[in-house]
Amino acid sequence: MSLIITGSHVLHPGAADPAAQTLYIADGRFVEDAPQGAQTFDGKGLIAAPGIVDLGVFATDKPAFHFGGITRAALMPDRTPPLDDPGAVRSATRSGKPDFWVHPLGAATKGLAGSELAELALMKDAGARGVATGRGWIADSGVMLRVMGYAAALDLPLFVHSEDGGLTGHAVATGGETATRLGLPQAPAMAEALSIARDLMLAEESGAHVHFRQVTTARGFDLIRDAKARGLRISCGITPAHLFLSDIAVTGFRTFARLSPPLRAEEDRLACIAAVADGTVDVISSGHDPRGPEDKRLPFADAAPGMAGAETLLAMALGLVRDGHVSMGRLFELLSGNPARILGVEAGRIAPGCEADLILIAPDAPWQVDSSRMAAQAGNTPFDGLPVQGRVRHLIKGGVVIK
Amino acid sequence: MTASDTASRYPQGSAAFPHANLLGIAGLQPWEILFVLDEAEQWVAMNRQASKHDDRLAGLTLINAFFENSTRTLLSFEIAGKRLGADVVNMHAAQSSVKKGETLIDTAVTLNAMRADAIVIRHASSGAVQLIADKVDCPVLNAGDGSHEHPTQALLDALTIRRRKGDISGLRITICGDVLHSRVARSNMICLGTLGAEVRVAGPPALLPPGLDALNVTGYTDFDAALDGADVVMMLRLQNERMAGPFIPSPREYAYLYGLDERRLSLAAPDALVMHPGPMNRGVEISSTIADDPKRSAIVEQVEMGVAVRMACLDILTRRSRGMEGWA
Repeated sequence: MSLIITGSHVLHPGAADPAAQTLYIADGRFVEDAPQGAQTFDGKGLIAAPGIVDLGVFATDKPAFHFGGITRAALMPDRTPPLDDPGAVRSATRSGKPDFWVHPLGAATKGLAGSELAELALMKDAGARGVATGRGWIADSGVMLRVMGYAAALDLPLFVHSEDGGLTGHAVATGGETATRLGLPQAPAMAEALSIARDLMLAEESGAHVHFRQVTTARGFDLIRDAKARGLRISCGITPAHLFLSDIAVTGFRTFARLSPPLRAEEDRLACIAAVADGTVDVISSGHDPRGPEDKRLPFADAAPGMAGAETLLAMALGLVRDGHVSMGRLFELLSGNPARILGVEAGRIAPGCEADLILIAPDAPWQVDSSRMAAQAGNTPFDGLPVQGRVRHLIKGGVVIK
Repeated sequence: MTASDTASRYPQGSAAFPHANLLGIAGLQPWEILFVLDEAEQWVAMNRQASKHDDRLAGLTLINAFFENSTRTLLSFEIAGKRLGADVVNMHAAQSSVKKGETLIDTAVTLNAMRADAIVIRHASSGAVQLIADKVDCPVLNAGDGSHEHPTQALLDALTIRRRKGDISGLRITICGDVLHSRVARSNMICLGTLGAEVRVAGPPALLPPGLDALNVTGYTDFDAALDGADVVMMLRLQNERMAGPFIPSPREYAYLYGLDERRLSLAAPDALVMHPGPMNRGVEISSTIADDPKRSAIVEQVEMGVAVRMACLDILTRRSRGMEGWA
């Protein structure tokens, strides 16, 4: 099928603003010239942007991804059983096709237990686009160094969770006034910087490309900023929750705001915004982890961490543009361009030869987040009730109009 | 204290305590706390008579749902309910269907369907009582949830202090022990601070939570310094599971640093009152000579005030459903 998309303003990641441009798609890819016998698609009044590449999700939840303009996602290995063998990885690569592409991240260690190395090369051959420590931390620095050595040799990015497990223990909240008032098990926020510091040393030693999946504290970003200035091959990400909410959101024991890493103090939240604005952050992702009432309607410390973030990712991220922290073009580097580059996939930009993953956005369209009416498998959003702006009107995956 | 002394302290009718539940001290206004204390006085008096009975809760069902083991608090709530004429049922949920995998929400819905008129809940997890309260129609009283709050303990402590010392406002009160994990400490810090006391807490650095400044509480790792001129010394129970391990090295080291003995008590005000929520670890957090001296120790009185305060709470929270005038 061939398509001509007219009337829209096209947004190229990195460019400051969208510009009027007609797009041509043939055989699932963007092409230079108008293809023969193409169907015309009217994109009048909309912004055409590359489909979002969501780095690090916990479920293949197509309705939510399509709602949110996400055309590809890197799937975390935290499955039952974990993605620690080539067969599981291979079947994960097929789990979304044809209208959604899943790029699995292989478990760094067997069973994600942090002790024995998983078969990274075989998993890469089966389609893994990266390696991940999962929700947890690899406590043993020797194991971590060897994982990084393999990842570097195989040219696979390593996705790490940054919380020192010895400090966090069973904590469910960041150390401070809110956790003290609520009597929740808490850990000092510097548990994050401590683990980042170690992993930066190991990255330098091994030459691995380490992606710090969620950095959420001022001290964490200071370390990342410094390491980037020294030329280390590292990248880092964040989700909208840590950009727009502080630990006050858990008041009243709201389990939808129980996240890992936990929501931080307001000073840290402001440091996260600053890190997006100054270019330290490479990726904004949803952290999509739909959890039903059996996981969330529990006492706070017993509830599972995680949020259904896919549907709110774009609207929340557009808030960064409205607040003047980033340009539209920069935002789509964070949402599409950079994640595709980290995974090494030909996506995340609008250029001849690239897979035609395209979303048409009404950036100012208002709507209200409602946890009871979500496309996702579960409505565990910490943004419940929030009025937001920005909606995906159409989604094209590999040249096929999905919605 | 007579009615005329107190009438001006708080608004009339349900405005004096406009809450459906008692989930914590946080969120209570000072006059609401004083209202409960004033109401409790009548029950202190009645409980000292030979015949200790009132019928105001006759026909009502009180369920004590304890998801964590307790002897004292459960007994205290049971006696409180019975002295007011309620039908009291105790549910030892620690050994019941909860063990069979029933969720807390299902248990709450079940209790609600049995048409309880008030439910008292203790649970090991912070916030669990609020979760249940959101699911039931009757008043819920928190008898301790995790490390969060134990409001009736704070109220009975406040009543005890007020009866011994008069006004709580301006008193220097030192709380010592495992503040990090203690719901008793949390409720007392908020309650006594709200009533105008100067609250200090002392304990090992590993057991003092961050953010105390925001609660208007001063933290000390040096117990001696925290005791300087204290009018009230409140000792917390050291839980058995924390006696030795990652938080403190051993009971004897703990006693060496934080045990209340004669020498330490001499650093407090000459007429300092000693309190403990019980059960005590004698020789660990408190020495027997102090605990057993009725002139200095209010520990037995605390237990007595506990019944009266819980009677007051049950009475106040059921006024709406009983259709009491001004409380509809």
